[in-house]
Amino acid sequence: MPDIKFAKLAVLVNAAVPASLLFWDAYHHRLGTNPPEFVLHTTGTLTLVFLLLSLAVTPLRKVLGLPWMVQFRRMLGLFAFFHGCLHLLAYTWFDKAFNLRAIATDTIKRPFIFLGMLGFLILVPLAVTSTNKMIKRLGGRRWNRLHKMVYVAAISGVLHYYLLVKADTRIPLAFGAVLIALLAYRAINKFFPSMTERKPGRRPVMPTES
Amino acid sequence: MLIKKSDDINSSEITSEENYWNRRNFIRGAVLAGTSVATGLLYRQLNTPGREANKAEPASLPTTGGYVTPTGEAATAFEDITNYNNFYEFSTDKQAVARRAKNFVARPWTVEVGGLVHKPKTFDLDDLLKIAPLEDRVYRHRCVEAWSMVIPWLGFSLSKLLEQVEPMGDAKFVKFITLVDPQRMPNQRDDALPWPYVEGLRLDEAMHPLTTLAAGLYGKTLLPQNGAPLRLVVPWKYGFKGIKSIVQILLVKDQPVNTWNAVGPDEYGFYSNVNPKVSHPRWTQATERRIGEFGLRDTLMFNGYGDQVAGLYSGMDLKANY
Repeated sequence: MPDIKFAKLAVLVNAAVPASLLFWDAYHHRLGTNPPEFVLHTTGTLTLVFLLLSLAVTPLRKVLGLPWMVQFRRMLGLFAFFHGCLHLLAYTWFDKAFNLRAIATDTIKRPFIFLGMLGFLILVPLAVTSTNKMIKRLGGRRWNRLHKMVYVAAISGVLHYYLLVKADTRIPLAFGAVLIALLAYRAINKFFPSMTERKPGRRPVMPTES
Repeated sequence: MLIKKSDDINSSEITSEENYWNRRNFIRGAVLAGTSVATGLLYRQLNTPGREANKAEPASLPTTGGYVTPTGEAATAFEDITNYNNFYEFSTDKQAVARRAKNFVARPWTVEVGGLVHKPKTFDLDDLLKIAPLEDRVYRHRCVEAWSMVIPWLGFSLSKLLEQVEPMGDAKFVKFITLVDPQRMPNQRDDALPWPYVEGLRLDEAMHPLTTLAAGLYGKTLLPQNGAPLRLVVPWKYGFKGIKSIVQILLVKDQPVNTWNAVGPDEYGFYSNVNPKVSHPRWTQATERRIGEFGLRDTLMFNGYGDQVAGLYSGMDLKANY
């Protein structure tokens, strides 16, 4: 059992690196020729990266047999939400100049905007109910059911990316492939649990009274 | 009776508690710093806007005036024009094209002008550029992706070239073809688009004085990323109509299928005139981001060249003929 507190700190610090560098570069005017577009694409990609990382925790901890990895899941999910907020802010500000009517029209008319919005809106209640207190209040089973919505958010997020790209779809397809793998693991786990179960080691047999 | 052996570690060699914690903190600090630097480097590797210095100053061509549009819009910075390019033959990443195209050698170069013409001819580039004097032409450039620039091209009207080869009566369209050479255009090994890149214009569009064959910008020869050595500029149409690194110009009877139209027929039409009222299926074309500016500008009908070109399309439904 590693030092969980320190491991969490390390994940926190590392997860904060990309956004920090983005702000640093913005401050120093090093975001290239089209800075608004660069911020929009970077924050969007980071949202998906952290969403997929949070979804990778459960399969990884089971496959590797490292149960303590579950401790990272909430933080990674919250980082996905954080970058999603930045992404939505960048879109609202840079692309729509805070014109809410234009955003509403965009959302209704354009499937890729609709999917992006849907994905983000799903993340809101998940972030709000991420505290220990809320888990207790909702009860584990209800909380779990609610948080299954993250799959819908991830699917809409990847589709949102795929639909945006003009011709070279390799990167969104790569995100899609990872997502499919992560979802497939869960499907197999659910319908063929024997395939993903780790063989239990030999346990001492408790003497039973006859 | 057991005689207790003295510890073989001298008590003075035992790490003091203070040192133990110091070492632990030192290792932790090193782990945090090391992993953060690694994460930062990974981020930089995957996601930094590349910027070629463009130190190799292109050879100068004769030039005349200052670089402002008649409406007073200043030309976009040379740095930006040469570091933000859609040129899929080199990369699908606009900010990587300059780097990937750096070693592209555009000489020697010939352009075949043929098809339905009385005097077909294969021009050596240097001869072709002597057909008419090169002029500075400062035009707005509107990309279909909703960004725009102002570019001081150096070139002359395409009509000057077409007049030389004398189009036949049944030539109705002009078809343009880009070089195919995966050795020199490395991304042609991938099938991001079907190669060669093809564009087309109606003959009257091609003969319009605004339609330009450009060999330079900012008074210098074109850099590879901008379509060296010869490209088309059609300022009232979306940027992708401006085919780059042209090797063939053919006069034809039937409307050519241009590359983007073949790839996405419902998104990219043959005409592709800049039109704020006809949105791209996935984004609005009503506004644009001028490179170098933060806010959005309203996109102008025919990119602001309506006075000159609207007549070409009188009576046409521009929603159907997007």
